Amino acid sequence: MDIKLKDLIEGKRSVILERWFDAIIETYPTDATGFLKKKQDRFANPVGHAISKGTEGILEVLVGEKELTEDLPFLNDIIKVRAIQDFTPSKAISFVFLLKTVVRETLEKEIRQNQIYDALLRFESKIDDLALFAFNIYVKCREQIYELKTDELKRMTYTLLKKANLMYEIPVPEFEIKDPNCNT
Amino acid sequence: MAKVEKVKTPKPEELSNISYHPPATDWMDTPTEFKPGTYCWGAKEKDLITLGLPNPRQWSPADEDWKVPEGWETTILDGIAERLSKYRSFKVFMDICVRCGACADKCHFYIATGDPKNMPVLRAELLRSVYKKYFTKSGKFLGRLAGARELDMDVLKEWWSYFFQCTECRRCSVFCPYGIDQAEVTIIGRELLNLVGLNIDWISGPAAACYMKGNHLGLEPHAITGNIETMCDDIEEITGIRVNPTFNRKGAEILFVTPSGDFLGEPGIYTCMGYLMLFHELGLDYTWSTYASEGGNFGFFTSNDTAKRLNYKIYAEAKRLGVKYIIGGECGHMWRVLNQYMDTWHGPADFLEVPVSPITGTRFENAKSTKMIHISEFTADLIKHNKLKLDPSRNDHLKVTYHDSCNPSRGMGLLEEPRYIIKSVCNNFYEMPENTIREKTFCCGSGSGLNASENMEQRMRGGFPRANAVRYVQEKHGVNMLANICAVDRAAFPALMDYWCPGVGVTGTTELLANALVMKGEIRRTLDIRLQDLPGKGGNE
Ligand code: SF4
Ligand code: SF4
Repeated sequence: MDIKLKDLIEGKRSVILERWFDAIIETYPTDATGFLKKKQDRFANPVGHAISKGTEGILEVLVGEKELTEDLPFLNDIIKVRAIQDFTPSKAISFVFLLKTVVRETLEKEIRQNQIYDALLRFESKIDDLALFAFNIYVKCREQIYELKTDELKRMTYTLLKKANLMYEIPVPEFEIKDPNCNT
Repeated sequence: MAKVEKVKTPKPEELSNISYHPPATDWMDTPTEFKPGTYCWGAKEKDLITLGLPNPRQWSPADEDWKVPEGWETTILDGIAERLSKYRSFKVFMDICVRCGACADKCHFYIATGDPKNMPVLRAELLRSVYKKYFTKSGKFLGRLAGARELDMDVLKEWWSYFFQCTECRRCSVFCPYGIDQAEVTIIGRELLNLVGLNIDWISGPAAACYMKGNHLGLEPHAITGNIETMCDDIEEITGIRVNPTFNRKGAEILFVTPSGDFLGEPGIYTCMGYLMLFHELGLDYTWSTYASEGGNFGFFTSNDTAKRLNYKIYAEAKRLGVKYIIGGECGHMWRVLNQYMDTWHGPADFLEVPVSPITGTRFENAKSTKMIHISEFTADLIKHNKLKLDPSRNDHLKVTYHDSCNPSRGMGLLEEPRYIIKSVCNNFYEMPENTIREKTFCCGSGSGLNASENMEQRMRGGFPRANAVRYVQEKHGVNMLANICAVDRAAFPALMDYWCPGVGVTGTTELLANALVMKGEIRRTLDIRLQDLPGKGGNE
């Protein structure tokens, strides 16, 4: 990555992270009280914690030298949370793109003064790549929710399946699984 | 206005075209949405008929028309009036909240969503606003200025949505300076909904099955005995010992009742095998019942009357069999019902005796009226008196943490016994952080009948604060097993762990005990209770 831009970003790292975090929290339409913004306790506010830790990790990877891959635990952590939070798929991963705006706005003057638009563009396309990975992770999370239902049904009927020697042969139904008789 | 939103796949151009500043609206003006994955299916006609509950019909929460009966407003308002006069607590809870906000951020559903209507204070306000309008002077005259509002169909739908997004876990009440118990408000809210036929399938189905067959799963006697026989076969394979339980045996000293989830599902059956092994080893004079074959009580999530009816069979069976007292298995809400309601409904059980452990002689004075004790109390007492031979090294491959199930911890104060058992049978035990355990424990997110599968997304949300703490000990100490004493936990946690903390298994406490229990005359153990090779014990690992 361009040294100049990297220095600029690192110089304003905490401002960028703060603004990015705030912009992400604003995607929660219902959080009128600002609860999710409170970061003091990771157990009292796990969503805020996942986002603040996640954004730190992601920014580090983006300005670092390492190749981007899908195996980004921080990205994974944020998306896992957003995949179950009532967002449309686009909104769920929109937080990645927010970083573009935040960087542009925060470093507007510096970028103009140093004429490093090319570097900025390259940085932004790296964010685009990240967004594609983010989308893959999102889809995996959503698929997993369906698998959880199938697996749960198998566990619930374990004894019956075992008796019938069916344990490894149950077809995976394509429809919503629902058996009101399976309960505890 | 309630509306249903389908999940859309985004178009590429949508990705760059997102509004980041959605308007915040006053909660009274924010419509309730029913998105797939976040609500449970409506109660079935046949089940409401079985239970004799109002307004049986086919309906779906996704439909615009919920087919509530003509004049439903009067039914609900009369229902509120009746409960205000019947339950002093309800009246007090409606009147005394000072909106201090201490409870606001203590609910797992709120913590995971940031949705203000999931704040306990606002959840209560959904009902309180209607109470104000029709039952207080200020509300009648000042209306919205006094936080009052009319009861209409949108309000009813909102109640349904949010009272079935509360797991009645009572975490919020721990923090309320006035002791307002939102779980009680939810219980009443659900009762009111029930008056016009608005329950969920996952609750009314099991309740109906229990009413007809004695257990939530609808297992008939031969299925219960058959499943337990299968467990006995497995126990024989593991230990070389044939366990011979009895069923419906008159004159036994003790009746044992456990949630029916332990008869069928995984990992519940391993806990059940644990009970069988423990009782055999003690030579306990006890019996199972194929009639009172359910410790849990999904009627409790419907109405007080339904809960009471379903609960009665436990005493009826104890009387029929002529036992001296009852031991109950590992379950959550079962113990809230037994500890806080059974005595009022059907007690004192004078035909039974105060439980005395035949092994240690301990007299369980705490159960002197109900005559029913928890398996963890019973077991912890045995260990305390050195009555069990244990080899905790058999659990050395496990790093265990313990989840305080909401009801036994907050509903009956059972905090030490399960920990004492686990520490006696496992060498590696790690607590989760202080503000997530004991009285402050986070709910599994699936309690109070919300452990259906169609609402999986909602369950993953509600369970996130719990899972987040498990993940912490997983990362810090390598924890790979989550122990509990609740059948809903055992059913619901595996999915939660798979999503948030892959690699963490789920177990009942008695399963851990059974693994460590050295039985008289047993073969050298190479298998654990799940018939897996025991690491380091000469299995084929
Ligand atoms: S009882 Fe539990 S689920 Fe219900 S509002 Fe309180 S904390 Fe939330
Ligand atoms: S803590 Fe109690 S008094 Fe305070 S807002 Fe919550 S319910 Fe009301």
